[in-house]
Amino acid sequence: MTTEIQEFTLDELKHLFSPAALTGETMVLNMGPQHPSTHGVLRLIVELDGEKVVNCVPDIGFLHTGIEKNMEAKTYQKAEVMTDRMDYLYTIGNNLVYSLAIEKLTGLQSPPRSDAIRVILSELSRIQSHLIWIGTSSLDLAAMSTFLYAMREREMILDIFELVSGQRMMTTYIRPGGLWRDVPAEFESAVRNVIDILPRRFDEYEALLTNNLLFKDRTVGIGKIDTPTCLAWNVTGPTLRATGLAHDQRKDNPYSGYEQYDFEIPTQTAGDIYARYLVRVAEMRESVKIIRQALDRLPYGPVSDNNRKYVPPPRSEIGVSMEALIHHFKLWTEGFTPPVGAVYSAVESPRGELGVYLESDSGPKPFRVHYRTPSVPLLQALPLMAKGHFVADLVGIIGSIDIVLGDADR
Amino acid sequence: MEEYLQSAVNELAQRCGGQGSEFRGEVTVMVPAAKIIEACRILRDDFAFDMLPVLTAVDYYPRKDGRFHVVYVLYSTRLRYYFNLRAAVDESPAEIDTVEGVFPSANWREREVWDLFGIKFKGHSDLRRIMMPPNWQGHPLRKDYPLGYEEVQYTFNYEEIDVKKPHGER
Amino acid sequence: MGIEQKAGNMGFVTTTLEDAINWSRTNSMWPMLFGLACCAIEMMGAQAPSYDMSRFGMELMRASPRQSDLMIVAGRVSQKMAPVLRNLYDMMPDPKWVIAMGDCASCGGVFNNYAVLQGVDEIVPVDVYVSGCPPRPENLIHGIMMLHEKVKSEKLTTWK
Repeated sequence: MTTEIQEFTLDELKHLFSPAALTGETMVLNMGPQHPSTHGVLRLIVELDGEKVVNCVPDIGFLHTGIEKNMEAKTYQKAEVMTDRMDYLYTIGNNLVYSLAIEKLTGLQSPPRSDAIRVILSELSRIQSHLIWIGTSSLDLAAMSTFLYAMREREMILDIFELVSGQRMMTTYIRPGGLWRDVPAEFESAVRNVIDILPRRFDEYEALLTNNLLFKDRTVGIGKIDTPTCLAWNVTGPTLRATGLAHDQRKDNPYSGYEQYDFEIPTQTAGDIYARYLVRVAEMRESVKIIRQALDRLPYGPVSDNNRKYVPPPRSEIGVSMEALIHHFKLWTEGFTPPVGAVYSAVESPRGELGVYLESDSGPKPFRVHYRTPSVPLLQALPLMAKGHFVADLVGIIGSIDIVLGDADR
Repeated sequence: MEEYLQSAVNELAQRCGGQGSEFRGEVTVMVPAAKIIEACRILRDDFAFDMLPVLTAVDYYPRKDGRFHVVYVLYSTRLRYYFNLRAAVDESPAEIDTVEGVFPSANWREREVWDLFGIKFKGHSDLRRIMMPPNWQGHPLRKDYPLGYEEVQYTFNYEEIDVKKPHGER
Repeated sequence: MGIEQKAGNMGFVTTTLEDAINWSRTNSMWPMLFGLACCAIEMMGAQAPSYDMSRFGMELMRASPRQSDLMIVAGRVSQKMAPVLRNLYDMMPDPKWVIAMGDCASCGGVFNNYAVLQGVDEIVPVDVYVSGCPPRPENLIHGIMMLHEKVKSEKLTTWK
């Protein structure tokens, strides 16, 4: 590790810029890894003709943590702790998709109560992620009050995460086979309080932004992308839905009992920043609907599968049952041994399709874990959206695609 | 296996010499590395698989032949099917054709595989490191690359590790 | 009824130069925006209305290192980011302080591997370590108050 900055020279990158950059007709500017409007450590090398962006080359890797290699060195249960830290705004989803992959591989079944609670927490996490998005992206466009309001709502949701798991963000609450443990008695009333307040707060955001002439001037017609380009560049999530295609993993490949709930997939057709904003605000309202339905039908029952080869027994059983003691011992010293094979499972994160490719070689440690994160294709498509716009619009576009650099770099 | 996917498997077996298999409801076809572009093109044009969510690699270390398997997962938005492709790559030369021409989104994914595994993609427009600094030596996700584990500094070994650790100066 | 009381009634306050300088430095410390990963979200949460940091004078988060005096390293520092961090630290004018927020900045955290720097004190000198993964906003504010106390006890010759 050296403290000298290692750089690609303009020579090495000349195939990415137009010939005018080398002669000096256009200016190549570095929007470095640290600056006020970047959402995380993203470096953009922009080629500017005056104020217009001719080309922009994203440079990622400033948050590369080697999580995939580190997960190969830990057992399945211990590796789950690292998964929260990838997409740190949708932490429940990272755990959920990892658990779904292990359940697919080993044949575990998550009971209905656990499915319903997974759905509730997943949708709360989606609302929380969209709240941070609405706060930071409008902060970039200089609408500062939304940021303060959004963080106030977010605190209410984080209180619920703390209620169930003890941690505000990195909960690691969803485990293979079900949940870590059952929710406390105050869970239902706490969630109901939150979702009763939220729709009025969403109305406040819409009152601030949706028909605001200044906001619309900066967002309508900026950063357009169309559906064939999205599919070719593998862009998913609200960015794809804002171009007109209603593709959502919750409806197309349902998981955790999403098929029982009645909700819609909001779409727009314009494909610009304003369309993505409308899609995300509508998604927040749909999430509240889903949570209400899940709460109304929350079934009684166990929260984990009974298969003691993979799911640890509750502490109360260990004192009375010899088998429970042995299972506990084996799971904690050795870990579980799933069958040999490779699976892929995906969930819908607020950014797009979040998937895990998991391959096992019947050992207690995963042989290969690869996270298919949605921020990488979004960043790849950024130059297409930004061509021809001004630098200030570039800032707005980065805000609207809602990238999380922990997701992109892992 | 679904009928549609079975027909895709048969087509690939006929034109590219692929071998199909099924595990937990997922269909995987193993194709030879030289035929990967053709396989992707067949799936995209004839069978409506229009997205490439996953492009990654797996390292089976002590093997020399087929040490790496490059894994492609394709998805069809219209028909909602997933389809897996695998191609075996030897240790040296660790090369395979790029599918950038068929799926443009493969550009950065292949850069990542080059950076972390050392598999070169022939014909790639921009093959350089993406996650590690540009002058990094080695390919971290290979199984013979060490994890880089540093001994943890507890109170009983605080001084002896402190001597070896660098300290930032003002 | 000492001379200080009389002087206070007339509008004079007496103190030592050191105390006055340290007081002014603590009450208007401007942090530099250095949120890298998950801890940055909790730092934003600490800035937000529920755990207001602007009560302590830190309302403004300056992105430019030339205009800030506190660098809160919030998040894991990877191999590619380390030289950038050192560069930014060098660009900050004296007096400057560093808070290592979170486990990853203090000691590498959960990640003990090739890609993460095991503690940001390998490249910059750290004044306060705040633990947690991520630390609660109250935890961060406690760390900042600890830094304020440290600054209040500094001598004039610390920052020649």
